[in-house]
Amino acid sequence: MPLINYIDASGNQFEAEVEVGSNVMQGAIDNMIDGILAECGGACACATCHCYVDQAWQDKMPAIEGAEQDLLEAVVDPKDNSRLSCQLVVTEEMDGLVVHLPASQY
Amino acid sequence: MQGNCIVIGASHAAAQLAPSLRQEGWEGRIIIIGDEPHAPYHRPPLSKTFLSGEKTLEQLLIRPLAAYDKIDAEFMLGRRVEKIDRAQKTVLLDNGETLDYEKLALCTGSRPRQIPLPGVDLKGVHYLRTVADIEGIRGDLDTSKGPAKVVIIGGGYIGLETAAALNKLGVEVTVLEMMDRILQRVTAPVISEFYHRVHSEAGVNIQTGIGVDAILGENQVHSVQCSNGETLDADVVIIGAGIVPNIELAEAAGLDIDNGIAVNAYAQTSDPDIVAAGDCSSYPHKLIGSRVRLESVPNATEQAKTAAASICGKQLDNHTHPWFWSDQYDIKLQIAGFNMGYDTVLVRGDESSRSFSVWYFKGDQLLAADCINQAKEFMQAKQLLAKGINPSPGHVRDTDFDLKSLLA
Repeated sequence: MPLINYIDASGNQFEAEVEVGSNVMQGAIDNMIDGILAECGGACACATCHCYVDQAWQDKMPAIEGAEQDLLEAVVDPKDNSRLSCQLVVTEEMDGLVVHLPASQY
Repeated sequence: MQGNCIVIGASHAAAQLAPSLRQEGWEGRIIIIGDEPHAPYHRPPLSKTFLSGEKTLEQLLIRPLAAYDKIDAEFMLGRRVEKIDRAQKTVLLDNGETLDYEKLALCTGSRPRQIPLPGVDLKGVHYLRTVADIEGIRGDLDTSKGPAKVVIIGGGYIGLETAAALNKLGVEVTVLEMMDRILQRVTAPVISEFYHRVHSEAGVNIQTGIGVDAILGENQVHSVQCSNGETLDADVVIIGAGIVPNIELAEAAGLDIDNGIAVNAYAQTSDPDIVAAGDCSSYPHKLIGSRVRLESVPNATEQAKTAAASICGKQLDNHTHPWFWSDQYDIKLQIAGFNMGYDTVLVRGDESSRSFSVWYFKGDQLLAADCINQAKEFMQAKQLLAKGINPSPGHVRDTDFDLKSLLA
């Protein structure tokens, strides 16, 4: 199973094995990793699973589509590598992925 | 923080309460009792992607069972609690077993409002709240003589989402709404008109101002007798008439009830060892300014965190504005805030398009915004509400004005 690395705003690192076909948000929820709230449960409706994809991994991510783009424009502290983790469906190629979590989802 | 913490209801609130209890330092057993055979699952997709078959039951689970093992939270599923004995601090299960508790969390949720119609007990008549309800609906769709026919009683969000999902499956759907317009209780007319149009264009037959006299059939439903004299054929009838909170256990135990299990801002009931969270509870909401019972997942989750803190002797303020969402067809509605008591409605954008927003005010005060395929404006409305900033009517109506500038 691909191993995903989550690094919170204080620099604490968490590793989680996440099944192919699941997503980076669910990986955090399943492993009780704080920093991802996921209020809508992955419906791309709330933007409380905002994360920053490590620069080295950015080009391996799926494209940003409609609602995600709009939500990302309005998250707290958006950056070029901002993503909603519910939209990052895990593939074998994502083994070792590093995502950084924002200080707050509000 | 020893002993048993018993959670009644394997719900959204329970799925958050268990890990939050561990984070707050609860060391004793955590036992979640649920009357359905499933671990807590996401209910919103039931009327959307689960009904349409895009999601499986496994994908609905809020967390996999292994996640609960990791935090040492136990389940007793397919079990009901019959009684709470506050003096002995025990709960009695439907198999006769008695469990002690040190702390008790009521996450009992809500159930569909039953309507006393002739014929509601016929096979093919369903409510919509659980996985079993959806499996029943899907099993009763009859496609042997062409497209299945479904009549939905109630034009609220559940009814409309169900209509959209069934329409996607090729079902002929009629929605009957007793009031003059769909969504009358929860939105301004402009939103009702919008959804009426969208559904009609998709081929759903929406009839407003029409009640139901009876559901007809032998053993199996075959039609619906409407108040205007018309009879509609139906393989399946789905009743979506709102929900009522599951308060009976709490009431029988003598806890305070006020449109739900009455709790304070810290999710505590009138018994210091019992908390309640989610749809089943009402609480004084500081930002709304009155006691409310919110029927929403984000509220259940936030309140569960507060309840977990209270169980562990801490106070966690939950001061977020409520928000809601609804997916129908290609339309994502996101609602920031709670429009109860509004006196002014402003539209931002073109209401004849499929992307605009509707803003609710009481005097100058912003209460809520319904955002149709307007995720950015939803986020901005949420932030304006959080900061207590009231945009002027001119700014709201002017789509060239960037609302973000008010947040700086």
